[in-house]
Order: sequence, then structure tokens, then C-alpha cells
Amino acid sequence: MLSEGHEVSCLDEDPESHTRLEVGLDKGWEDLGGRFTVGTGLETDALVAAGIETADAFIAATNGDNTNIVIAQIAQRRYEVPTVIARILDPLRAEWYRQQGLNTICPTRVAIDMLESAVREGAPREVV
Amino acid sequence: MYIIVVGAGKVGWNLARELLEKNHEVTVIESNRRRYLTVEQELEHNVTYGDASELWVLERAGIQRADMVIAVTGDDEDNMLICQVAKEKYEVKQIIARVNNPRNRPHFDLLGVKPSVSATDLILRLLEHEVPEYGLVHLLDLQEEQLEIIEMLLGKDSRVTGRRVGDLSMPEGSLLISVLREGKGFVPNADTVLEVGDEVLAVLDPGREDDLKELFGPASGGNGTG
Repeated sequence: MLSEGHEVSCLDEDPESHTRLEVGLDKGWEDLGGRFTVGTGLETDALVAAGIETADAFIAATNGDNTNIVIAQIAQRRYEVPTVIARILDPLRAEWYRQQGLNTICPTRVAIDMLESAVREGAPREVV
Repeated sequence: MYIIVVGAGKVGWNLARELLEKNHEVTVIESNRRRYLTVEQELEHNVTYGDASELWVLERAGIQRADMVIAVTGDDEDNMLICQVAKEKYEVKQIIARVNNPRNRPHFDLLGVKPSVSATDLILRLLEHEVPEYGLVHLLDLQEEQLEIIEMLLGKDSRVTGRRVGDLSMPEGSLLISVLREGKGFVPNADTVLEVGDEVLAVLDPGREDDLKELFGPASGGNGTG
């Protein structure tokens, strides 16, 4: 999204993650206009430092479902970010929070669908 | 009552014991296998193994018919979300959540998880109560009802000692409800004269503490310790 000209700010508790952001880039992350903040999403100070107050979209995609659900709701309710997306691995909770008005992406659901269609497409066709 | 307790740590285990003694029906949910096996030796069928963040675990524990869900794990996010789904998805009437890090308290409120209990806050309250230098002690905070009850110890340099209650111009939204003198409490009337060493209780709208401190505090300001 950075390469499309959007302003992108990343928040991560591990300073090392910055290195990963630059893999495959010919310039530094900041040189390309990106922002990087070290902190956890439950600290509102860190969210503000990362620029949540002026964000048009907020994506909660840490490796913890619970963290993502909580932070996404903070972004939605407290900072009123117009577009909020949460990554939720647990399909049951992803579905329930979607019904509650949260935009959720469930990688498990997506993988199941893909695997299922791969199986169907890969199965020998019935010859009539 | 049927009560689900999430987390079988020291808090959850002892809580479950007390509730069982009071003849409530209790299910404790614990996600750590070893801890579960330890607790199970005593609580037997009243403890179940699983991650209560997952809806099916809650359903297996019978959340649909639970009267109360108490989340006391060591993880604030777990406690918040378990109580949120208990209240909003399963329409459990009463929820109680434990706050581990007091800085997370606003998040509990934001998600509608009330009441929440923080040990750190409780100790702070106790500290305020035990250390009179603080001057003003919060006895009760009813956030929903927008009411507070506070206690003030009148020191030598208080502005109101020797004055009639009827002559005090109490700030709007506050009311003097009780005076504790020499270990006895009574409801003051307009002719009650306040004395040094009195502990006065007042009920007030939130945010009026400063007005009361101003009225009851030391005449000189400064750091009078009463």
C-alpha cells in the first residue's frame, strides 16, 4: 500500500520487525515515506504515537486473536477510525464479531475454502 | 445460582471454593492442563479444561443457562472478551471481570465490561484510607449511577471546625450525610457544630471533590497533616 502512494504506519512491539519491513525494498522504509512505532496496541500512547487519531483505516493483524479484537474495538469506538479490520483466526468468533459490525478477516475460513476448492478441482472428473 | 468462573489461579480457585460453600452451582474453566489437573483433584466435576476465549468451550460449560460469569485470568484481554461475549452474545445477566493492569481499565469500560475489579486499585484505596494525609478518601464510586461517597478527616487547620453545619455553603451537588466522632456515627443537622478529629462523610456528584477539599481543607492551604 506504501508503494501505491498511501501513508502507512506500522506498530509492533518488536523493534526487529522494522528490518523485516525493508526486505525486498531498494530504499529504507522511512525513506519511502513509511512510519514505524515500537509499542503494544493496548497502550493508547503507542496508538496515538503511531497516528491513530488521523488514520483513515486501521488493521489489527497481530498473532493474537484476543489482542486484535480488543484493539480493533478501541480503534472503532474510542478513535472512531472510519475503516477498521481485525484478523481473527477463530472462525466462530470472526463470524460473531462480524455480525456485531466489526470488519473481520478469518484466514482459517479463507484457507478452508481454498483447500476445499482445490480438492474439488483436483478430483478426477466423472466421465459421463 | 449457576456461576461460571474463568481461570483457576489463586483467585479463581478460592472464589470457586467460597461459592460452592454457599451452595452455588459452579463451573471453573482452566486452560492450562497441569493447573487443571491440580485443581481437579479438589473441585472434581466443578472444573473443566479448555480455553474460555473459544465460544464452544463456554457453551460446553453451559453458558446459555449461567446466571453469572466471573473472568479472573491473568490476561486482561481474555477477561474483557470473555465477559463481552457472555453479556452480549449469551445474555448473561451478571458479569465481573478482573483487571490485572489498571491502565487497561478504560478498555474494559469501552467494551461495556462492568463491573471490573482491580487489586491494584483496591490496595490504593486502602492506602488512602490508612494514610490520613490524603485528607479525602473515596469510599464508594458508583460510576453508572454517577455518585460518589467520600470521607474527610477534619484536622486542626480545617476551615470548618467550630462552625455550624447549617452555616456551611456546601457546593451544589454535594450533601453531608454522616459525622463520625469518637468512634460513633450520627447524621448531622443544621445545628451540629463540627469538631477537630471528626470524620465526615459526604455524597456528591463525580468531579466535586476539589470543591469539597477547598471548603473542608486547611485554611492556609499548604501541607497541613491534621
